[in-house]
Amino acid sequence: MSKRKSITGGFFIGITAFSAFLILAVIIILLAVIIHGGKGTFSWEFLTAFPEDGMMKGGIFPAIFGTVFLVLIMSVAAVPFGTITAIYLTEYAHEKSILAQTIRFAVRTLATVPSIIFGLFGLGFFIKFVGGGMDNFFLGGELKWGQPNILWASLTMALLTLPVVIVSVEEAIRTVPRELREASLALGATKWETIKRIVIPGSRSGIMTGTILAVSRGAGEVAPILFTGAAYYLATLPTSLSDQFMNLGYHIYIMATQSANVDQTLPIQFATTMVLLLLTFTLNLAAVIIRSRLRRKAK
Amino acid sequence: MEEPSGIPKFVFSRESLKKKFRLSEFLSEKIITGVAFLSITIIILIFFFVFKESIPIFQSKKKEIAKVETVQKQEQYGTDSTVATNASGQEQYGVEPAGRTNASGQEQYGVTENDSLMTENQPLAEDTVVHGSDEATAKSLLGTQWLPVSDNPRYGLIPLFVGTLKITLIAMLFAAPIAILAALFSAAFAPYWLREIIKPAIELLAGFPSVVIGFFALMVMASFFQNIFGYDGRLNAFVGGVAMALAAIPIIFTITEDALTAVPRTYTEASLALGATRWQTALFVTLPAATPGIFAAILLGIGRVFGETMIALMATGNAAMIGINPFESVRTLAATIGAEMAEVVFGDTHYNVLFLIGSLLFIFTFSLNALAEFYVKGKLVKRFQGKQS
Repeated sequence: MSKRKSITGGFFIGITAFSAFLILAVIIILLAVIIHGGKGTFSWEFLTAFPEDGMMKGGIFPAIFGTVFLVLIMSVAAVPFGTITAIYLTEYAHEKSILAQTIRFAVRTLATVPSIIFGLFGLGFFIKFVGGGMDNFFLGGELKWGQPNILWASLTMALLTLPVVIVSVEEAIRTVPRELREASLALGATKWETIKRIVIPGSRSGIMTGTILAVSRGAGEVAPILFTGAAYYLATLPTSLSDQFMNLGYHIYIMATQSANVDQTLPIQFATTMVLLLLTFTLNLAAVIIRSRLRRKAK
Repeated sequence: MEEPSGIPKFVFSRESLKKKFRLSEFLSEKIITGVAFLSITIIILIFFFVFKESIPIFQSKKKEIAKVETVQKQEQYGTDSTVATNASGQEQYGVEPAGRTNASGQEQYGVTENDSLMTENQPLAEDTVVHGSDEATAKSLLGTQWLPVSDNPRYGLIPLFVGTLKITLIAMLFAAPIAILAALFSAAFAPYWLREIIKPAIELLAGFPSVVIGFFALMVMASFFQNIFGYDGRLNAFVGGVAMALAAIPIIFTITEDALTAVPRTYTEASLALGATRWQTALFVTLPAATPGIFAAILLGIGRVFGETMIALMATGNAAMIGINPFESVRTLAATIGAEMAEVVFGDTHYNVLFLIGSLLFIFTFSLNALAEFYVKGKLVKRFQGKQS
């Protein structure tokens, strides 16, 4: 091998390595800058107190509460439907059938639709069509459900996170060994009994990963809830499904772009961003670890 | 031999071996199939409802025309019965939302009828006025000014398109080479332990909320780049584009990595056996073999950047300007929806135009995804399987 070639080769490998490390460096810098900016303000009180002085001081408890409330309702909606779709795709549908392929295509499309479109859909479908229809039907036109609230925001978010659940659960179901299913069927169990007793328990970790990833995604997305229920400031916590709510991501966006004095509240913004980042980071890390175990098991 | 006690004797008969109808089994299968249809239903509903809210832009004019024609009908009634039925048919046509595509044809029809039948008809003047405002709105959509809240609102989508394309281009110029090279490093050169760090780390980057990246761009990157380049506006297309690249890198990296590792081992082994070095194999064998997959990765990356809202809202400055200078502020389609939807009056023209933008975004990302799906992936599979067999 000529010397010139080995130099070119070294250069080429160097560039690829540089690109990989550049990405790693950016991730570390981003984490470091946010944590550095936020750790001074971060405290137990910050997490548990209400905002004060027109959000110039105080904590972010309502935003945390609203985010948790949102992802809870979202999970209740998204996880069962996602799991059942995954069961259909793996257990009932034929791999090559047009129906299964159409569903797969729909799931992947759903995963790539911009999140702002879900917001528009939530407004047009949930708030105006479903909510407005409920108001006209049950309340005789009184405005209750036909306006932004936490229920519609959560359901909008559930649509967004549905593909996340489906993909994770499907992957987990495929790791349940064929032999277990066949043994169950040979013992006289029906298909549904086999699914209920063998397949679902066997893919519990996958359902778990899917839920964690969905929660992390739902906690971080802002665009879908911009006009389906998030509020700038609320003095009270949301208590019913028809209330509006505060949200961590929306709080960051509002504070950073539309607050009266951006510079003065900068520490609060950094601390809020840190809370959101650490929340999603921890959830994702947990999902990555569970999934890598699952993949090792599959091999 | 004696029968063991306690175990009931079971005799298989033709009857007992028949498949029994079990209600729970039947119901569970039907319910599961029904739920599986949900994803398809959602896609259709999204398309329908987002599009539905944008229809009134085209339809409001039609209602006015319909009104004009109703007047016409009343005047003509009795003189010519066929015209009357025609007019009523048109009226219904205008009200029905499904028929909007043929709007121009219908208008034309009304006009010719006017011309041929009665010249002294009063509504004719009114009709031309309506036509004038029609053209004004249509031209406004293709105009170069986005001024939705002025006295004379103009809804020119051109600057928004230009802004979105500009920022997509900047983002892809950064994201595509970096992500593809990093994927090549991870797939071809990195030792096992390093790969086990890079891949999860990039998966974690994919999990960073876009509002966090937007905040980072707004507070840190904007000032950083301003110090380097010394331009005036802190927030501009360049800052937004680089921030969007951060959001697009994980997508491009992951799909490219998958495509590279899917290249059959026999390819690389053959290349190495012929005396090529590792980097030559990676650059001239593995990379070309995975081209369709990389193409798909870039398409999906573009889709992500195109529809990204929060980063665009926070880091681009949001001024609807047309120009090629990357250090100018831009306003993207998605950011426009995000910024203005909360403040519009429901049912207003502005509201409908925002939904129209949403429909365009949806159609665009849908097409990108479909292209990546059917053309590129199909090609990739065919290439490997065709050559292997």
